Amino acid sequence: MTPNTPHRPGGPRTLFDKIWDAHVVAEEPDRPAVLYIDLHLVHEVTSPQAFAGLGTRGLGVRRPDRTFATMDHSVPTVPRGLAMVDPAGEQQLGRLATNCRDHGVTLYDTDSDRQGIVHVIGPELGLTHPGQTIVCGDSHTSTHGAFGALAFGIGTSEVEHVLATQCLLQHRARTLEVRVDGALAPGVTAKDLVLALIARIGVGGATGHVIEYTGAAIRALDMEGRMTVCNMSIEAGARAGMIAPDDVTFAYLEGREHAPRGAAWDAAVARWRELRSDDGAHFDRTVELDAGRIEPMITFGTNPGMGIAVTGRVPSPADTPDAAQRASLDKALHYMDLAPGEPLLGHAIDVVFIGSCTNARIADLRAAAGVMAGRRVADGVRALVVPGSKAVKRQAEREGLDQVFRDAGAEWREAGCSMCIAMNGDRLEPGQYAVSTSNRNFEGRQGPGGRTFLASPLTAAASAVTGRITDVRSLLGGAR
Amino acid sequence: MTPFAALASTAVLLPLDDIDTDQIIPARFLKGTEKTGLGGHVFADCRARPGFPDLAPGARILLAGANFGCGSSREHAPWALVDHGFRAVIARSFADIFRQNATKNGLLPVALDAAAYARVLAARIADPALVLDVDLPAQRVSIGGAPDASFGFAIDPFAKHCLVHGVDELGYLLGFADRITAHERRT
Repeated sequence: MTPNTPHRPGGPRTLFDKIWDAHVVAEEPDRPAVLYIDLHLVHEVTSPQAFAGLGTRGLGVRRPDRTFATMDHSVPTVPRGLAMVDPAGEQQLGRLATNCRDHGVTLYDTDSDRQGIVHVIGPELGLTHPGQTIVCGDSHTSTHGAFGALAFGIGTSEVEHVLATQCLLQHRARTLEVRVDGALAPGVTAKDLVLALIARIGVGGATGHVIEYTGAAIRALDMEGRMTVCNMSIEAGARAGMIAPDDVTFAYLEGREHAPRGAAWDAAVARWRELRSDDGAHFDRTVELDAGRIEPMITFGTNPGMGIAVTGRVPSPADTPDAAQRASLDKALHYMDLAPGEPLLGHAIDVVFIGSCTNARIADLRAAAGVMAGRRVADGVRALVVPGSKAVKRQAEREGLDQVFRDAGAEWREAGCSMCIAMNGDRLEPGQYAVSTSNRNFEGRQGPGGRTFLASPLTAAASAVTGRITDVRSLLGGAR
Repeated sequence: MTPFAALASTAVLLPLDDIDTDQIIPARFLKGTEKTGLGGHVFADCRARPGFPDLAPGARILLAGANFGCGSSREHAPWALVDHGFRAVIARSFADIFRQNATKNGLLPVALDAAAYARVLAARIADPALVLDVDLPAQRVSIGGAPDASFGFAIDPFAKHCLVHGVDELGYLLGFADRITAHERRT
């Protein structure tokens, strides 16, 4: 609740400070700052009431040129053209189409070859740039911070604010540096890194803070890995997560549809190179992790902070001193039907879901296909592979990854949020266990009564072929 | 927005940490296009479970644990709580997006420090009919009929201003139109 005090004028600034300062339109005592928003992403679920609010007030969209919409949460991932699984979802999609048409907002609908999960297509189309402020009515907007943007999720009232004014009322967040030194071991991924962080600091551990990830292990990640890390920042309660842009960032962006071109590109890159925390810049907190000590991670409970090494054992509520935490852990183990002290390795599973804005990019699918190639999904296990966008799907098909998944017996789906949020008919049955590459293992998240183990694409693929929670290192040949 | 009036009410007891917005309103109820009508679905999947508190209407305060409202940015969470009849959530702490969404919908997030929270929780456990008084202008929660049991809470001054006076944030923001235009010309 205590607002962060700004850096000293003229003193060293963090990456967050630099982007914040450049976007403050007004800042008055005892009032939140008016913060300008460069890019507003919109999807069907959190926008209809915002557009309706504009209508009630007789307002329009201030900057349709800075507003881009897609359909992702409730779209079916069975081949397009089939009837929507439910009329309410269909009505919501129709409302988005009408709203975008009425207000001149670009919409990548289910017929568009650019459609996909909002946090996959933003970077993919080159809409996401270093130094931008980016919002969306979706908590995983933190994903875009991987490019050195200040990107965060907002509620529907705030969606209306941005549509109407291109601004938000915001308090300056505190800053948290998460420094990850060393190198990740084979079989250990960006997903494991961020699950290890959340297990350490907890699901409320970064509340009120914007995280900046630094250190050699972060620099070594490709853009897909950086997006996975920033995506999950919200699962630690952070307002946003960000990584200073570098040559890896620029190489990813260059030539993309909405990236600058020619002289404008060179000027942009020169500007973007300044987007890093100055030496001596002050962070309100720092957390350090040693990448070399991180193992493949998996969650055992009902929030993303309830995670352990895949070789570990389920903790005991009896060892938890705080009463409320003990009650939450007890409730989680009851929901998951797991016993304290139980190992997770070898636990039978029913479903594997490879998808979501966390882990459905091309690098994620390549990793999963690498494990599944030449193997079969275990009997009795249903495996869904849901690409994050149509572009990811096309690329995967060019590389033959779809055939690897199909040959293994997995379902190869159309792009969308799918079983991460279970709004489109893809869902767990009550009591089923799933290993999922998504971001939330909340009760009922993947379907009422469904039980989720969050893990990396490698761990998910390894578990699919054995039918049990598996340490992928045992399949990688000699790494263990 | 309707101004937040003085509140004296019994409280529903749900003292668990990290209650996420998927529990408050499961995603399958997010397919509507209205803000209203979600009250019947609040805690839809938890309600039937043994040990979950009775949500019978009447109590306007929810007493929860730490990090209430974590997870999704869905404003459907405060819409559902308000539609059910809640006007305040008392907790150890709140997730950022939930807190911002709550105040925009007339739902007061009251974060108490550890000692105050423990007193209020113990009193409510001892007496299910306990009435709590929430005084937003004074930023205090009091245990009804116990004048010595009154506890301060912090709230962002602007959120308080908007709640107390029923100020609409978008109306305030629209007042900056000229400065927004100037910013756009500058950049």
